[in-house]
Amino acid sequence: MAYWSPYDNNGGTCVAIAGSEYCVIAADTRLSTGYSILTREHTKMCQLSDKCVLASSGFQADIRALQKNLDARHQIYQHQHNKKMSCPAMAQLLSNTLYYKRFFPYYAFNVLGGLDNEGKGCVFTYDAVGSYERVGYSSQGTGQQLLMPVLDNQLQSASPLLLPSKESATPLSESEAVDLIMDIFASATERDIYTGDAVEIVVVNADGIRREVADLRKD
Amino acid sequence: MFRNQYDTDVTTWSPAGRLHQVEYAMEAVKQGSAAIGLRSKTHVILASVNKATSELSSYQRKLFKVDDHIGIAMAGLTADGRVLSRYMRSECINHKFIYESPLPVGRLVVQVADKAQVCTQRSWKRPYGVGLLVGGLDETGPHLYQNCPSGNYYEYQAFAIGSRSQAAKTYLERKFETFMTCSRDELIRHALFAVKESLQDEELSITNCSVAVLGIGEPFNILDLKSLQGFIDSLEEKKEAEVETVVADSEQAGADAEAPVAEDQGDGPAPMET
Repeated sequence: MAYWSPYDNNGGTCVAIAGSEYCVIAADTRLSTGYSILTREHTKMCQLSDKCVLASSGFQADIRALQKNLDARHQIYQHQHNKKMSCPAMAQLLSNTLYYKRFFPYYAFNVLGGLDNEGKGCVFTYDAVGSYERVGYSSQGTGQQLLMPVLDNQLQSASPLLLPSKESATPLSESEAVDLIMDIFASATERDIYTGDAVEIVVVNADGIRREVADLRKD
Repeated sequence: MFRNQYDTDVTTWSPAGRLHQVEYAMEAVKQGSAAIGLRSKTHVILASVNKATSELSSYQRKLFKVDDHIGIAMAGLTADGRVLSRYMRSECINHKFIYESPLPVGRLVVQVADKAQVCTQRSWKRPYGVGLLVGGLDETGPHLYQNCPSGNYYEYQAFAIGSRSQAAKTYLERKFETFMTCSRDELIRHALFAVKESLQDEELSITNCSVAVLGIGEPFNILDLKSLQGFIDSLEEKKEAEVETVVADSEQAGADAEAPVAEDQGDGPAPMET
């Protein structure tokens, strides 16, 4: 007999890639439940600070609650410290917020991207309860298993197990990174039923934040 | 008179039907350095006189952002003011979280007034010793309110509180009818003129005043020193060009004398005002 679950997976995939002076964060815009599509035009991104963007996939209600929570905490921080939060500070806050609900987690798989205090790109990847790590690139969501091997192949030349930890920023230029994102989302859309419709790409660099939307297959 | 017999507790009425403790709290507001507010159809400006207790110290901050669409200027016990501003910030954030929409100013003002009233009806509390000028923007446009320690609140076109505020109020009374249609910059200049009235003998400079702006399309922000200097300079030019003269004793057209040290002058601040 089916038991009611407080969670639902609304699908979707998120990716972020850190460059030496930029960070690209991307997520598809499909919101689904079961085998149905709820909407083709839903954003999974949230701009938390002027140099910091969060992309989350998972259970949309939890994602929204998490985003609102972080927004409120950011406002409090601004009142107390008279400045906006840096990306690494927000990363820590997100981790703590997630662990706070360790025994009834936010069903949200997060990727946080932006510029660190020195202006270099940074990406932080999380699990549902707040375990996080700064990396050069990451993907989360239903298309994660399809995308991570491709990202590893494109952005790292050898196995990370053989070499010592590399520079956490990729050698790609900004436009190459955006092209890569378009390609891999197209690939994920082919095989993952929950990924598609459109990909929203956000680029954070010294000039500010830029947003583009590119179409994906709708089936 | 009988005043001293009935003024120990805030919960004791005097035979004349007054709560003296509440009135004493309002006195504390009158002793604080001036805060001025004015509004137009599109903007609200808050300004404050900055008083430093000595050359060595910096001045007390009296302008606070409560939310993007609400800011306050305070006069009196600024410590009490900080506590109230923390409460107001918290209320705004909570409201935005639940309703995903900014808290209307009028509602926040009532909440603060109710909070202040509680302190006038508990024997173990004392009234807040701070007056707030709350400037905010909501769907019905820009608003300016005053919150008193008594728990009363009033809405104004323009107002001033604190010491020597009467001089500023006189200026505002003369000019307020033009405010609704003023541009942002004109409004700021009016505010600075009003601050000048409160300063009286002192020269207006970036060290003894602060100005904050809030308007349609402009979130609450305190003017940085450079912009403020620009406005103060433009006051000088405007004064030279003006035919109609402002109150004589504060006018030093084109004076390039250094601003005198901000010492206790005239009635002076209450001992609690730092």
